[in-house]
Amino acid sequence: MVRRSPPDFAHYLAKKYMRTEMLPTAFCPGCGLGIIERAIIMAIDELGKDLWERTVFVSGIGCSGWIPVYFKCDVLHTLHGRALPIATAIKVCRPELNVVVTMGDGDSMAIGGNHLIHAARRNIDLTVVVANNMLYSLTGGQVAPTTPQNVYTNTTPYGNFEPNFNLMELMKAAGATYFARWTTWHFVQLKNSIKKAMEHRGFAVVEVVSQCPTYAGRYILGKPDPRDFMEWFKENSVPVEKSKEMSEEELQGKIVVGEFFKRSDRREFAEKVHTLIRAARGDSG
Amino acid sequence: MYFLASCLVRILGRSFPLKKEKKLMIGYDAVTDAAILAGCRFFAGYPITPATEIAERMAEKLPKSGGIFLQMEDELASINSLIGASWAGFKAMTATSGPGLSLMMEGLGYAVLSETPMVIVDVQRVGPSTGMVTYPSQGDVCQVRWGSHGDYSIIAIAPASVQDSFDYTIMAFNYAELYRTPVILLMDEVIAHLREPLIVREDVEIVKRKRPSMPPEEFMPFMPKPGEYVQREMPALGEGYKVIVESTMHDELGYRESESHEVGSRTIARLWNKIEKNVEKIAKEEFYFMEDAEIAVVSYGCPFRSAINAAKTARKEGINVGVVKMITIWPFHDSMIEKLAEKVKAIVVPEMNMSKIVREVARAAKGKAKVLGVPKLAGQMHTPEDILVAIRSVAR
Ligand SMILES: Cc1ncc(C[n+]2csc(CCOP(=O)(O)OP(=O)(O)O)c2C)c(N)n1
Repeated sequence: MVRRSPPDFAHYLAKKYMRTEMLPTAFCPGCGLGIIERAIIMAIDELGKDLWERTVFVSGIGCSGWIPVYFKCDVLHTLHGRALPIATAIKVCRPELNVVVTMGDGDSMAIGGNHLIHAARRNIDLTVVVANNMLYSLTGGQVAPTTPQNVYTNTTPYGNFEPNFNLMELMKAAGATYFARWTTWHFVQLKNSIKKAMEHRGFAVVEVVSQCPTYAGRYILGKPDPRDFMEWFKENSVPVEKSKEMSEEELQGKIVVGEFFKRSDRREFAEKVHTLIRAARGDSG
Repeated sequence: MYFLASCLVRILGRSFPLKKEKKLMIGYDAVTDAAILAGCRFFAGYPITPATEIAERMAEKLPKSGGIFLQMEDELASINSLIGASWAGFKAMTATSGPGLSLMMEGLGYAVLSETPMVIVDVQRVGPSTGMVTYPSQGDVCQVRWGSHGDYSIIAIAPASVQDSFDYTIMAFNYAELYRTPVILLMDEVIAHLREPLIVREDVEIVKRKRPSMPPEEFMPFMPKPGEYVQREMPALGEGYKVIVESTMHDELGYRESESHEVGSRTIARLWNKIEKNVEKIAKEEFYFMEDAEIAVVSYGCPFRSAINAAKTARKEGINVGVVKMITIWPFHDSMIEKLAEKVKAIVVPEMNMSKIVREVARAAKGKAKVLGVPKLAGQMHTPEDILVAIRSVAR
C-alpha cells in the first residue's frame, strides 16, 4: 500500500484542509457541492485553526455524502440516512468535538427523516448542512421529498404529484434551535451561517439549495448549465424579511433565504447527559 | 473449594477480600454487570421484549459507572450510534430481539466493513415478524451470520446459563476488541429471564482498546501487521489520526476504492479471513461425558440443559451418550465437528428452530457420522425426553 501523491494544482485552502491526493473530486462539473465544501472549510478556517483539529465530519450516502471524504479530518462516511445517530453518539461521548454533518435532501428528509426530527427534538449540539438539490442525484435523478410539483424525474414520468417538505417548518416544530437557508449563489451568507451554526450550542441546521446540473438541471431547470442554475437561484430567492410581506401566491416557486430562527431557551442534549452522569455518581461539581 | 470459602465467610460473619463472590442473579443482570466490568461505557437501544430489561438495567447502572445510556428512536439509530461511540473511543453495546435485529442488519454490515468493535445482544424470541413475543427461540442463529448483505464473517456466542451470560459477555467484548468486529451474544428468552447462582469473578481478563503505536503520518487504520489479518490498533476520533470510517469499499488507509476489483477483493478476503482463519483461536466448546461416547448431542443455549439430562438417562439405559456445548456458534468450528464425527456413530442436534445449525454440523461431519436434527418450534423448550427419543432412534 502506497499513498498516492498529491497533484500540485491545489488551492492553498485545499492544501491546508483537503486530502489533495484524492482530488479531483467525483462531483460533476458545475456541481454545487464544491461550493458547499469551500464554505465549510472557510467557515472553520475563519473560526480558528484549532477548531479544525477538533472537528469530526459525519455524512450519509448520496452525492452530498461525499462532501467531507476529501477533508483531511476525522470523517465517517456512513449509511444512507444514518449520519445523525452516529453524530449524536460522537457528540455525547466526546462533547469537546465539533461535529459537523452533511446530508442530502433525500438522505435527511426521506430515509433519515426520523433521525432528523429526533436529533432536533434532543437539541444535540451538531452543525447539520443539508445540501438540497431537489431530487436524488447519486441514483440518477429520481423524485425527492423536495422536488417541485409537476417536475418530470425518472420516477415521476407523468410529473411529480408528491407534496414537499419545508425543512425550516419541520425543524422549527421538531425543536431545532438554529436554522438558516441559502443557495449556492449566496456564498458569503452561507459561510457566515455555517460559522454561526458551529458556534451555536444546539441543533443547528443550514439548508443549502444547491445545483445539480446533471439531473436537476435537465429535469427541473430545463438545461444542464450550472451558470443558468445559479442565475435562477439569484433571481428566485427572496430574503426572509421580504417574504413576510408577500402572499402565498407571490411566494410560489421562490426560495426564501436567510436566518430563520435562533433560540437559546432549550438546553443542549449532551450537556444534559453529562449532568445526569455527574449526579448519578454523586459528583455535584 | 470456592463454595467452602464463601460458606466460611458466612459462618464467620465477616467478609474476606475474596476475588470471587457468589450471588443469585437473573440472566440479563449478569449480562449488564459483565458488560460494565468488561469496560462497556456506551449503551444505546430501543425497548423490545424480551431484551428490554437489559436496556432498563443499563439505564440505571451505566451513569453510576460514568457511562452513557441512550434510548434511541429505533434500532437503526441504536446500532449506528454504537459505531459513532466506538470510534469515539468507547466500548459499546446494544440489546434487541428479532424485529430489532432485522432492522440492525444494514448497520451490522457497516460495523463489519469499518471494523468497529461492538457487542450486540440478541435475546431471541419466536419469529417470523412480531411472532411470539414472550417465547424463547433460537431462530436468529443464521440471520446473525448471513443476514447482512455481501460477504462477511462474524463471531456469535451462545450462553446456556446465567454464569455463561456473565462469562460470555466478557468474552464477547474481548473478541470485539481482538478482532475489531461486531460480536453477537445470542441469548434466548429463557436464559435472559433465568435466575441462578452466579460466581462473579473480578480477576477476569479484560482486553483493552489498543491505541495506535505509530504517529498519524505512518499509521494505517486498516492495515494488519505482516502475517496477520486484523489491525488491532484503533485510534479514537479527535486524536489527530484523521481516519475515514467508510461504508464504501476502501483500502488499508480507509480511502474509498469502490471501483478497484483488486482492492475490493483484498479487503473482502481479509475481513473474511480475520474471523475464519482464526477459527481455532476463537471457537470454544465444552465436552461432557465424551470419553466413551458413541453418540454425541451437539447443542448450544437452552437445549444444552436438556441434553445433559437426556445423556444421563440414556447412559442408565446403556447408551453411551456425550454432550458438546458449543459456546461459539460462529465462526463454525468445522474441524471440531469432523473430529467428533470420526469418533461417534451419530450426532444429535436439538435446536429451538426448524433445524439450522444441524446443516452446518452435517456439512462439517462430511458423512462420517449420522446427523439428526431435533427441531422444536413456537417457543417450546426441548424436554429431555424429546432428545432421548432422538438418541434412541440413532442408537438402534
Ligand atoms: C438503504 C439504502 N437505500 C437506497 C440507497 C441508494 N441511494 C444512494 S444515494 C440515494 C439518494 C440520494 O439522494 P440525496 O440523499 O438527496 O443525495 P444527493 O445524491 O442528491 O446529494 C439513494 C436512494 C442506499 N445507498 N441505501
